[in-house]
Amino acid sequence: MLGTGMIKGMVETARNFAGSYFEPERMPTIEYPDERQKLPENSRSFPFLVFDGEDPEKGLRCVACKICEKECPPQCIYIILERDEKGKAQKHPRTFDIDVSVCMSCQICVEVCPFDAIKMDTSFELSTDDRFEGLLIHKSSLAKSNDYYRGIHPTEAEEVDARLAAEKAKAEAKAKPVAAKPATPAPAAKPVPA
Amino acid sequence: MSEQLQEPDLVPPHPPGWTEEKVADGFSVPATPSEQPGFQISQRAEVRPGLEGEYLEVAIGPHHPSTHGVFRMDAVLDGERVMKLKPVFGYLHRNHEKIAEMTTYLGSMPYTDRLDYFCSLTNNWAYALTVEKLAGLQVPERAEYIRVITAELTRLLNHVCLIGFLTHDMGALGTPLMYAFREREKILDLFESLTGARMMCNYMRFGGCRVELPSGWLEAVRLLVDGFPRFLDEFDNLLSTNEIILARTQGVGILSAAKAINSSVTGPMLRASGVNYDIRKVDHYGIYDRFSFRVPLGDHGDVYDRYMIRVLEMRESLEILKQALRDIPGGPIIDPKAKLRNFKPKVGEAYGRIESPKGELGFYIISDGSANPYRYRVRPPSMINLTILEDMCLGHTVADTVVILGAVDIVMGEVDR
Repeated sequence: MLGTGMIKGMVETARNFAGSYFEPERMPTIEYPDERQKLPENSRSFPFLVFDGEDPEKGLRCVACKICEKECPPQCIYIILERDEKGKAQKHPRTFDIDVSVCMSCQICVEVCPFDAIKMDTSFELSTDDRFEGLLIHKSSLAKSNDYYRGIHPTEAEEVDARLAAEKAKAEAKAKPVAAKPATPAPAAKPVPA
Repeated sequence: MSEQLQEPDLVPPHPPGWTEEKVADGFSVPATPSEQPGFQISQRAEVRPGLEGEYLEVAIGPHHPSTHGVFRMDAVLDGERVMKLKPVFGYLHRNHEKIAEMTTYLGSMPYTDRLDYFCSLTNNWAYALTVEKLAGLQVPERAEYIRVITAELTRLLNHVCLIGFLTHDMGALGTPLMYAFREREKILDLFESLTGARMMCNYMRFGGCRVELPSGWLEAVRLLVDGFPRFLDEFDNLLSTNEIILARTQGVGILSAAKAINSSVTGPMLRASGVNYDIRKVDHYGIYDRFSFRVPLGDHGDVYDRYMIRVLEMRESLEILKQALRDIPGGPIIDPKAKLRNFKPKVGEAYGRIESPKGELGFYIISDGSANPYRYRVRPPSMINLTILEDMCLGHTVADTVVILGAVDIVMGEVDR
């Protein structure tokens, strides 16, 4: 009969409408600025620099090796190496800028960094009325503490911390072979059972 | 001192043949608008004597909501009937292939996300597959299963969106699209918790995948797979027997099997015309030979068949997902030989292809042994499926053109690259 298909559809719409009051699955929207969804742990937005300890200048893990600058597909990273008065290279960036208007959040910089110095942030409310200077993020605002990193990516940070501690212990053991102490093996992430 | 500059010839505002006087002469109207069998004669436009000059040239797009992006159709209309239609694309050209030839092999992986931005994981897979062929990398079991799971989720996502957009094109403003997006949202949440990004996943690497599955992810996929048939049944109730959908789609935009093959159409569009060609079955890339699934085929090759093929394919994807979730082993997720930096495959060439949700997605790469490819070429399914648009649209109304275009399933990011 002509029209039965449409009536069937209407019944489906009515069921969805009524169901949206009872089933959260049928009403997935939230009122964003007031309510916020919890971001998943792997979530990523733009890169930031990790520093250890209290001082963002001294504790910066970055050694200005420029690997990320070279590998970055859209070339949004700009690094100048710090040099002392004699022109000797310090293992430290004088300038580290990321143009987030160019960055495409691919996290290749994170993957290629051998020093675990650059990681992905999760903050996303970055809108600004200055499209040039406002979106060029400098070293001072890029540097964030390791505690912050632990807060946003706990599992990943735990692995990184364990690996860095193991490397440090290994280096110390190498430097002082008499006082060698076997480094505690890093608790490797267990593969998820199928 | 200097030569007198010649005054340039005045450029006519229209290319020759497109002025109002010349329209009648410039276009040879085919006696039968379409040579394909089964074309409804009643829909054929008839040019009445004395009205030859009444054709109207209309540019549908590039900024038209029904063209799915910046895409233009130069249509010549007789009343409401389409007499000639020329797809014009290139507005979203981003130089993807040349950029990829300038960057490292790894560096173009995130750019492949942006080809068909609905299906970033299948794009990743096609590119990774090609480079693995080139460099001779072995993908571990677990990574293969993860790839199948993510690719089939991508297929669900793409088809769900397509059906939403298609009904939106037919004038069902809102409701089916919102239901479709509700389901898409669940899949995007899964992608976000796995890869960190909702659409630009950048997840696969040469020789495996980037990160291990987070805890509870497979459980979440299982939940989704169990709940999805309910949504498909709802969609069937809502749309598949709806009289308006039937009237708008049946017998519209018929593409014969012969013409589909001759114009290199692939994917659901080809199968809707009744050609049994699915690269998952034909080529057995990855581990698709381990799963049992059927390939749905259409009879008529009209828009309704294309819609139905997608619905049926989603059900088959769910079957594949169930088997993959059951069998996924533990183990490493990336080939230990794979290098992230200074990756230089040996000299050679490779063509890798997969069945992306839109058709055959292929990458062709020539390596000269350096860190970036010597030649990099994408075979985009959307663009090649789009080239047959005129043959499907001739004789139909403008409103049908929109529906036919919607059923081709294009994403301009992939058409123009």
